[in-house]
Amino acid sequence: MSDAVASPATAAKPRRQLDRAVVRFAGDSGDGMQVTGEQFATEAAWAGADLVTLPNFPAEIRAPAGTLFGVSSYQLQFGSRRVYTPGDRLDCLVAMNPAALKVHQRDLKDGGLLIVNTAAFEKKNLDRAGYTSNPLDDPALEDRYRLHKVDITRLTMDALESVPLNVKEKERCKNFFSLGLVSWIYTRPIEPTVAWITKRFAKNPAFVEANTRALKAGYHYGETAEIFTECYGIEPAEMPPGLYRSITGNRALAWGILAAAERTKLTVVYGAYPITPASDVLHEISLHKRFGVRAIQAEDEIAAVGTIIGAAFGGAIGVCASSGPGIALKAEGVNLAVMAELPIVIFDVQRAGPSTGLPTKTEQADLLMALHGRNSESPVVVLAPMTPGDCFFVAYEAIRIAVKYMVPVIVLSDGYLASGAEPWLIPDPKTLPDIPVSFRTNPEGFAPYVRDEATLARPWVRPGTAGLEHRIGGLEKENITGNVSYDADNHDLMVRLRAEKVRRVAQEIPPTTVNGPAAGDLLVVGWGSTYGTITAAVEEVQQSGKAVASVHLRHLNPLPPDLGQILRQYERILVPEINSGQLVRILRAEYLVDAVGFNRVRGLPLSTEELREAIEQLLKEKR
Amino acid sequence: MSVTEAPKKYTKKDFESDQDVRWCPGCGDYAILSAIQKMMPDLGIPRENIVFISGIGCSSRFPYYMNTYGFHTIHGRAPAIATGLRLARPDLKVFVVTGDGDGLSIGGNHLLHVLRRNVNVTILLFNNRIYGLTKGQYSPTSELGKVTKSSPAGSADRPVSPCAFALGAGATFVARTVDRNVAYMEETLRRAAQHHGAAFVEILQNCNVYNDLAWNVLYDRESKIMNDLRLEHGKPLLFGPVDDRHGLVLEGATPRVVRVKDAPERALWVHDDGNTWKAHVLSQLCTPDFPIPIGILMQVEAPAYEEVLLEQERAAIAERGPGDVAKLLVSGDTWRIG
Ligand code: SF4
Repeated sequence: MSDAVASPATAAKPRRQLDRAVVRFAGDSGDGMQVTGEQFATEAAWAGADLVTLPNFPAEIRAPAGTLFGVSSYQLQFGSRRVYTPGDRLDCLVAMNPAALKVHQRDLKDGGLLIVNTAAFEKKNLDRAGYTSNPLDDPALEDRYRLHKVDITRLTMDALESVPLNVKEKERCKNFFSLGLVSWIYTRPIEPTVAWITKRFAKNPAFVEANTRALKAGYHYGETAEIFTECYGIEPAEMPPGLYRSITGNRALAWGILAAAERTKLTVVYGAYPITPASDVLHEISLHKRFGVRAIQAEDEIAAVGTIIGAAFGGAIGVCASSGPGIALKAEGVNLAVMAELPIVIFDVQRAGPSTGLPTKTEQADLLMALHGRNSESPVVVLAPMTPGDCFFVAYEAIRIAVKYMVPVIVLSDGYLASGAEPWLIPDPKTLPDIPVSFRTNPEGFAPYVRDEATLARPWVRPGTAGLEHRIGGLEKENITGNVSYDADNHDLMVRLRAEKVRRVAQEIPPTTVNGPAAGDLLVVGWGSTYGTITAAVEEVQQSGKAVASVHLRHLNPLPPDLGQILRQYERILVPEINSGQLVRILRAEYLVDAVGFNRVRGLPLSTEELREAIEQLLKEKR
Repeated sequence: MSVTEAPKKYTKKDFESDQDVRWCPGCGDYAILSAIQKMMPDLGIPRENIVFISGIGCSSRFPYYMNTYGFHTIHGRAPAIATGLRLARPDLKVFVVTGDGDGLSIGGNHLLHVLRRNVNVTILLFNNRIYGLTKGQYSPTSELGKVTKSSPAGSADRPVSPCAFALGAGATFVARTVDRNVAYMEETLRRAAQHHGAAFVEILQNCNVYNDLAWNVLYDRESKIMNDLRLEHGKPLLFGPVDDRHGLVLEGATPRVVRVKDAPERALWVHDDGNTWKAHVLSQLCTPDFPIPIGILMQVEAPAYEEVLLEQERAAIAERGPGDVAKLLVSGDTWRIG
């Protein structure tokens, strides 16, 4: 693939250089907005921009056409500098129908580019969207935004006149017209999309032709139609050199598991029950039978964790993914692995709750559940990836820790990381840290709960090893022998040992990276998917010369050993989270610091703008 | 995997662990443990390749007493754990030990699915029709109207038949046996352990503390005569006194008890353990209208779940070679920067 991509025609209209742009495609769930957005992201990445995406789709599989809750959208921010978030306010909104306009208009900046498909603004759709009159006729709209009324449907039909498809089929190509138009506006190369269309519809040449024509028609329309007076250029971002791809968090999790299977040469059993937004991990794993990862679609969430505990007992790596409601059901199983000291890894792709909540929306409210949501003293390791690509490394690291310490590990991803994508510098799997696995085979001095001095791990024994036959289970164990024990002092000792084992994982944690001055007025501490928002907001404030820094935690249990020391270097501590304040409680309890929270629980990523304002406000307040 | 030499000749003792057995004196579980330990050497499987997995309840203490690998897990989940183990380690012989509460109440869902998937495990369900470990509440197999601590006015629950449940779930081997008939139990357990796929054995077991003589119709010398129906493949279904044998006939799908002397020989129902339809009828027979079938109700062959999955894995590797993560990472759309 080439990095210099020529566009179909050089734009003759003036081109204005931008640093970054936030674009959202919105339409009916049947309008192909996800594909459109993904392809636009690919085009932007091809041209060397850094970017972050935010797909947003209805929970209903086939929501009724034209309704507000049936609106599907795809947003991305791309730029010539490091891009950390999908952006708060839109520079450009493409609304394919009235419902999309109604839902998304408020996010468009004043003076922003608004492209609407006029064909969809007819009585039925207006009614469904709850408009009593056509909003396009309201001069206020034109005053507020740079409105472009384009009859995308008719223009698409015209372009496809000679293609042997029926009207319906032709009409469905209109999303590529919009993509072509926006590609022209932002001078993105359409070649990768042409290649994608050719591959995607390889079995149906008429579709290849129709979609390609629609795409090019949109592009040329931008170029020739009088209404567009300028286009925008965005220079390639300065990114570390290397080979890149686009990756979503869920796919990265799955690939991280495959990488650990390959490195350890162990079988991985992946047990899962379908649940939004974690199911894509199961789908991805199921595609790759050649990697020695055996996926089972279990009968329920409890069985899913059961299968992986059984696998771990058998000397395989047990992994499963679910979301909050499923993780709640797994609590008893996780505790069995705590007691039996078996290595399992559980991904919680968090979604907004409680109960069924908002299954397709994101949230970070399972942290306390991961840490404490089980009966009795139940220490487990908790990790959280920061970006979609980081899911790969964290999945791999979770398996490495689980196996090394014979301990359950919970990884907190979320809906935003799961389906969000970023350009990802492809790592060389050879550079990943080693995962040493040694099964006990020597019967000399063997007992099921003798411990490794450094890690406190008990020996991992594969059934099938002669002379090491033993029994374990959920009843309290006598230290070393592993025999059932009701002794009071032994129980106290075992509670401490299990906690200490998890605490020792701290020796795996690299020094914490501080983004900004090593001491100052304010430290912003985050975890998980808020990495982008926090970094963007903090960098903006730093540019105004303020002594503000940020720290982003990947290890939530145990916490990094140097964190306490770092916290003490700042006057104030702010903890932004997409929950009502969970990490903030932990920091206050653990370090006796007066940390305050910044909490929004809207099912959406935090807003950079709001966070920046909160940071500035806090800086102004005297202590 | 450890090198599997020609299995040494084991005796019962080789399967006895060093743990003190802690069931109540007189509990039926002792006889079951003894029968299993006695039967194990006949399987010819190296001891280290055998795993017993249990849930929670009196019966689930079982793995501690077997000198094999063992895992005493959580309430009702043993079938799921065994499924994962078999998927990871198809070279192991896996037993699941459960009870009427563990397997049919809290773990009913898992039992259903391990059976329908036909995972290659031997499932032993000790049915004493009561919750023993929690001190005597009625269970899903307790009879309607059962008076217990939690049902002082008699339970309102209708009982489930474990064998009918297993058949309904699609089990490929279903048998019933009684704790007090050790020789017969041993034989049934051996056949179950040798079955390929999910084998289900309901073991009628006495809880002498909380539900003594629940199966007395099969213990009592007198009542046993009219209630113990031994299933033998290829033989007519006969019971009753020697001088007045009774048999079963099928009228359409409806079974009926007949005196042998009143019935033409060819009318008698001859047991065919390969007949799944008739097995469903057999599983419904119970006192007082019918005797209780004891033995193998049905055994049929079907591919085991984990073998189908492993075959898919082998086929994928044969077709495209083993996976290569480095190649996977660069598959699809990539672009170079710098
Ligand atoms: S309570 Fe009943 S089933 Fe449990 S050990 Fe005692 S006699 Fe046996």
